[in-house]
Amino acid sequence: MPAVSKGDGMRGLAVFISDIRNCKSKEAEIKRINKELANIRSKFKGDKALDGYSKKKYVCKLLFIFLLGHDIDFGHMEAVNLLSSNKYTEKQIGYLFISVLVNSNSELIRLINNAIKNDLASRNPTFMCLALHCIANVGSREMGEAFAADIPRILVAGDSMDSVKQSAALCLLRLYKASPDLVPMGEWTARVVHLLNDQHMGVVTAAVSLITCLCKKNPDDFKTCVSLAVSRLSRIVSSASTDLQDYTYYFVPAPWLSVKLLRLLQCYPPPEDAAVKGRLVECLETVLNKAQEPPKSKKVQHSNAKNAILFETISLIIHYDSEPNLLVRACNQLGQFLQHRETNLRYLALESMCTLASSEFSHEAVKTHIDTVINALKTERDVSVRQRAADLLYAMCDRSNAKQIVSEMLRYLETADYAIREEIVLKVAILAEKYAVDYSWYVDTILNLIRIAGDYVSEEVWYRVLQIVTNRDDVQGYAAKTVFEALQAPACHENMVKVGGYILGEFGNLIAGDPRSSPPVQFSLLHSKFHLCSVATRALLLSTYIKFINLFPETKATIQGVLRAGSQLRNADVELQQRAVEYLTLSSVASTDVLATVLEEMPPFPERESSILAKLKRKKGPGAGSALDDGRRDPSSNDINGGMEPTPSTVSTPSPSADLLGLRAAPPPAAPPASAGAGNLLVDVFDGPAAQPSLGPTPEEAFLSPGPEDIGPPIPEADELLNKFVCKNNGVLFENQLLQIGVKSEFRQNLGRMYLFYGNKTSVQFQNFSPTVVHPGDLQTHILSGPAQPPASPRRPSSPWGSRLTQLAVQTKRVAAQVDGGAQVQQVLNIECLRDFLTPPLLSVRFRYGGAPQALTLKLPVTINKFFQPTEMAAQDFFQRWKQLSLPQQEAQKIFKANHPMDAEVTKAKLLGFGSALLDNVDPNPENFVGAGIIQTKALQVGCLLRLEPNAQAQMYRLTLRTSKEPVSRHLCELLAQQF
Amino acid sequence: MMRFMLLFSRQGKLRLQKWYLATSDKERKKMVRELMQVVLARKPKMCSFLEWRDLKVVYKRYASLYFCCAIEGQDNELITLELIHRYVELLDKYFGSVCELDIIFNFEKAYFILDEFLMGGDVQDTSKKSVLKAIEQADLLQEEMGLA
Repeated sequence: MPAVSKGDGMRGLAVFISDIRNCKSKEAEIKRINKELANIRSKFKGDKALDGYSKKKYVCKLLFIFLLGHDIDFGHMEAVNLLSSNKYTEKQIGYLFISVLVNSNSELIRLINNAIKNDLASRNPTFMCLALHCIANVGSREMGEAFAADIPRILVAGDSMDSVKQSAALCLLRLYKASPDLVPMGEWTARVVHLLNDQHMGVVTAAVSLITCLCKKNPDDFKTCVSLAVSRLSRIVSSASTDLQDYTYYFVPAPWLSVKLLRLLQCYPPPEDAAVKGRLVECLETVLNKAQEPPKSKKVQHSNAKNAILFETISLIIHYDSEPNLLVRACNQLGQFLQHRETNLRYLALESMCTLASSEFSHEAVKTHIDTVINALKTERDVSVRQRAADLLYAMCDRSNAKQIVSEMLRYLETADYAIREEIVLKVAILAEKYAVDYSWYVDTILNLIRIAGDYVSEEVWYRVLQIVTNRDDVQGYAAKTVFEALQAPACHENMVKVGGYILGEFGNLIAGDPRSSPPVQFSLLHSKFHLCSVATRALLLSTYIKFINLFPETKATIQGVLRAGSQLRNADVELQQRAVEYLTLSSVASTDVLATVLEEMPPFPERESSILAKLKRKKGPGAGSALDDGRRDPSSNDINGGMEPTPSTVSTPSPSADLLGLRAAPPPAAPPASAGAGNLLVDVFDGPAAQPSLGPTPEEAFLSPGPEDIGPPIPEADELLNKFVCKNNGVLFENQLLQIGVKSEFRQNLGRMYLFYGNKTSVQFQNFSPTVVHPGDLQTHILSGPAQPPASPRRPSSPWGSRLTQLAVQTKRVAAQVDGGAQVQQVLNIECLRDFLTPPLLSVRFRYGGAPQALTLKLPVTINKFFQPTEMAAQDFFQRWKQLSLPQQEAQKIFKANHPMDAEVTKAKLLGFGSALLDNVDPNPENFVGAGIIQTKALQVGCLLRLEPNAQAQMYRLTLRTSKEPVSRHLCELLAQQF
Repeated sequence: MMRFMLLFSRQGKLRLQKWYLATSDKERKKMVRELMQVVLARKPKMCSFLEWRDLKVVYKRYASLYFCCAIEGQDNELITLELIHRYVELLDKYFGSVCELDIIFNFEKAYFILDEFLMGGDVQDTSKKSVLKAIEQADLLQEEMGLA
């Protein structure tokens, strides 16, 4: 082995590093560095041409300074000069500097690319590898553009050295990951697959990574790799521990390659070919068998390498999820690891078992380890291991062990690390709801959660308990009794006050018979907490008080006294003051009948996916809630929870920022939306009889207008028709022999008005002509016979505890039931976008033509982008915002073939029609389009940034959308991608 | 795929950093600071893996130096642990019982060896012989050229 720093020792560098190490203080170090920087700068600027050695030395010093954490803003040119040196070490240092201090300076990139090009063409394998390394290290688009076409050639060329092939494979992988559109597919791809058969293990090792990545994007093109991978794997697994010489690692044959091959196989379903499958199953069994053999070495490296293969094998078995025998064996193996003395193995076993728990074949086997896992939760000294144990308990939970698991998790919560408390709270809340057999247990569990970890109980959790109590009358009395008792604790958490306030306001009457919880006692108990609470809680309590006046007339005088107090009527907080004033007036003006109607018990909440589950998924990333989503595992659980179960086909997923009960906006009780008549009463109270808009449908119309269940599915071409209107607002929406429907629409902020023109193309009158608009999700349609009214009273949202999660409000006016032959009728739609939505409303048109009923359902051209407001911004702002939206789920990207001629002007017009502003001089490439806008909805605004990169040569586009809301990014991306 | 590898001392001095995904300088510094803090706070017997941001971190201490890799969700932790070990072996073989000072004074060599072993965050060659042969050849090449 060559002694270090022999030939190429740079004395100056060593001296400098020693100097830095001898610095006694940070200041001294900075002083020394500045001195050196000044020296280097003067050398570089000096008249005397530097020799290669000095250049190398100074560049190396700069690199060292940079690695110490200081900024380096010069020396790049000298480094580039080194690239073309014919001395290997100088070249090497030049490349190192470039790789570490990537600079997007385009002038420099061109020079670097030139040097790389020369080295790639040099046919000197050492130089070629250096160049390939540099490309992989920088991996920028410019480099991709320059070299993506050459590298596949080098990779499959017959005369390339093995080491060059290895570097080329991984270099190509890097470029493909960065810009897949730049790497041309072609005949090389077929030859790449055959590298799996290569003699040289190093070549195979490098190539498998590339193939795995290519497979993920184009599984069908690379199908042949499955059988090749299986036979390679089988040869390795069955080889003796010394067969593979230097590729044997601590008596384990080729562990890295084995892991990579097993990973590659996870891109595909189990092989269909029986022979291949048999061979593979044999391999997997061999790996499982070897785990039981005595170790060939006591070194930890031996067992780690062996177990790395074992865990990857188990991942593959879980991925296939089709071999019950293997799944159970995998589970038993992991069970052994759960008690292993190596912390690392316990950690991985817990992690791996989590996925195993969701397979129907192994779920029961996983459950047998419950005591070990509970013990791990209690005794593991490492928080990351305890976290895994909590995850596994959550995943293995079902109805048979829910009570045990929930109580263990609650116990753990008392001492749990702060970092994971919120997650545990969410998990307990979900399990308690999902597996509740009797809901009193559920209520107890949630109240316990608040008691033990009140600070970590998020809104979603306590909103949910209110929803469930409201929807299930069998638990209401118990809930009222329990919260009443909980509130008696001297120090109870504010979340408890919120839950208590709401539940007593709704159901306090159910326990009022007991003198210990008589109305005055209930009231004074709640009011004793009032002054210590935040504004939002006090607002909620005020609503409880007005509900008390209705429930318990005997408390009216006391409560009015409280409302009348100066601290309420003149409260500095406008929300509290308004509530106090209005409630006081309401309680004194309205008759008991009116009060009883206005303050009626809340109607049941619409069934929807638990927002807690959504929150947990958000916290843990996709797949976190999979154990629970997985209906397959425990089909019976659907029944026990009735409609509370998430059923993807019917639920509307509340957005992450959704305020479930609207308590942030905190509107006071007004008329419940279910009782339409009450709206008028409320208006009477506040506005007097002068204004009497008809808020709800009149009974007659409500019966006539078809409900969503009467509406047929949209016609097959509905999507295509809709796509035509994504970037434009006017045109013909539909036409057949009978009918033509034209659209004219305008949108401003979150409001829109649409005119629909129905033309009768025949000479016969249409009868019973009735167009209806419904939303497949939760659109609010008001069919008004009178003049158009805004969807809700201008004073207040019409729901007592806040408006429901409605996405769009559309008002339509009725049109005449007869359309004469050749005539056209017009219908006006007023649209308000309340929050972001994904599915457009449906327009259903029914009429009778010559006695035959006709029906047709179209998608109304209202897509989320209609509510775009263009936003101009400077390049700098754009990039800053772009970076801010860098979470993977905030971005949606699509690469697609152009369906129309690629004309820049047409593209521009389409993007403007889409609604975003087009920003010039932002993208360094003038061919690209960059846009920005804000989607305006009533509830929230969603900022959107977009980038469209046409590639005229390939006739492809790449479209990237970034918004603050994941579904919006995806949806906009899909809408817009259809347009080009 | 490995996202980055860091070598740092018990005192929190960064000795080597290799990034396999373009990351801004500011972001790098922030991540290094944050991760060093997390890892240095852990006790000796704790497990070598932890979840950090959306990544998995695998680390191991050799004498005074921590070797710390960030990998993606699908990657294999144990094989990454052994990848660290193989790198340490390579350094050891090249420098002859390597210590922190060797890496400080010959940081460029430490980079070259790592580059022969890993590329773009993936294992290029796992054979000790191949990697060292490549480095040896490079050293030889430089001497020949020096003579010429």
